[in-house]
Amino acid sequence: MFDFLDSGQYDLLGAFWTTTQLAVYSAIGSLVWGTVLVAMRVGPVPVMRAFATGYVNVVRNTPLTVVVVACSLGLNQTLRFSLGADNFEDIGFRMAVLGLVAYTGTFVCEALRSGINTVPVGQAEAARALGLSFLQVLTLIILPQAFRSVVAPLANVLIALTKNTTVAAAIGVTEAALLMSEMVENEADALFAVFAVFAFGFIVLTLPTGLLLGWVSKRVAVKR
Amino acid sequence: MTSVLYDAPGPRAKRRNILYTVGFLAVLAVVAWWVLGVMAERDQLASEKWSPFVTDAKVWTTFLLPGLGETLKAAGISMLIALPLGAALGIGRLSDHAWVRIPVGAVVEFFRAIPVLLLMVFAYQAFVQFTTIESDFRPMYAVITGLVLYNASVIAEIVRAGILSLPNGQTDAAKAIGMRKGQAMAHVLLPQAVTAMLPALVSQLVVIVKDTALGGALLGFSELLYQNRAITANYGANTIAALTVIALIFILVNFALTSFASWLEGRIRRGKKGTGTVVDTKAVEAGAAGAP
Repeated sequence: MFDFLDSGQYDLLGAFWTTTQLAVYSAIGSLVWGTVLVAMRVGPVPVMRAFATGYVNVVRNTPLTVVVVACSLGLNQTLRFSLGADNFEDIGFRMAVLGLVAYTGTFVCEALRSGINTVPVGQAEAARALGLSFLQVLTLIILPQAFRSVVAPLANVLIALTKNTTVAAAIGVTEAALLMSEMVENEADALFAVFAVFAFGFIVLTLPTGLLLGWVSKRVAVKR
Repeated sequence: MTSVLYDAPGPRAKRRNILYTVGFLAVLAVVAWWVLGVMAERDQLASEKWSPFVTDAKVWTTFLLPGLGETLKAAGISMLIALPLGAALGIGRLSDHAWVRIPVGAVVEFFRAIPVLLLMVFAYQAFVQFTTIESDFRPMYAVITGLVLYNASVIAEIVRAGILSLPNGQTDAAKAIGMRKGQAMAHVLLPQAVTAMLPALVSQLVVIVKDTALGGALLGFSELLYQNRAITANYGANTIAALTVIALIFILVNFALTSFASWLEGRIRRGKKGTGTVVDTKAVEAGAAGAP
């Protein structure tokens, strides 16, 4: 039933390795970008606030597929941006990461913003009373507490991101979804087995993340 | 507007804020200038690439509106099937009988863990092998099947959260006046849970609208994003213009839906009916994938 795995024709581990890499790079990128966005969004400068709010609302309402396809067709093929890569595979990979970061950053920003709302007002007031500046209040007092309270929502965002890496198939990155669509055509008689293999792969990728971060969120939660 | 995070600006802070504003605008301007420069160099700013969307009705009647129609049709049908199915699964997960609760829970967790694109690809191939659906309609069927399987399980979780968010007293009171389990669910719990869940459900519709674009990119479903190729083929390689217009349409549709959801949430919170409990849309949205 699972003969197709032995044929050596399909690089299953390679595809899932690409998926994992996409997820890890995009996760790091979107955590950074989301934090920058949330800092602008709660900050004292009106123009930055407006920019971050507008960006989040616009990008969140755009399908990820449109974002990723626009990165590939628009940025790369039309405007010839290549992000320093010189072959087709690397360019596709980097464009996919760029799209995923641009999109997932908005969800990280929203998660963090709801985390900031859980920090008691007195914390910020006390920090200001000590004479700390906005950036000091944010980075020393508010964000450390906010991060600890949003580990669980962030875990959801990261799991969603892992599943969303499949969208990279739309621009020809050879990750799991693209390999699956190739395999279901060639191995038509083993359709259910192929699907089971890929479903299992994604469960293996997402389940530990959820369990681990669920445990972490309980460990680090600020007891109030 | 002041926030608790910073004081109302004094004279020095005001000067600093002006500096930050100028600096930020300068950075934005440099980026914009650079992008526009590259676009001009690649001939993407030429008026004939953008003007069709304003002057030529054909680009709308032949490509964009039919594409939007397909998108809304697939999203609407998926919602119509996924909603009752999700409600049934959600209630099934709360069943007192382990032989209902455990299999339903397994089904819900399974389909929530699988990327919706894999479900679509699987459904497409399954339709090729096991049904006689014409190839013209196959992408639409595959997209709807994938969306239904995924979103029904997400909706099941929303329904479960909605019912669990009700105060225990509601069930106790229903039991006290002699209602059976089914009656309590149908007459007491569900009507209240529905009002609590409405905003979360509307947000899920946004997710469904966005997910239809996957079918265009990979299965050849002729939805809105798919029209991009036809437009650029007919109106002279205006990729960026076409993608911009397509993205704008998606944003407008989804923005209308989200505004509707928050209006509804406010209305329900203020309304006299219901318990005032509202299932947090943020939690649900995040769970639902920051969805593509």
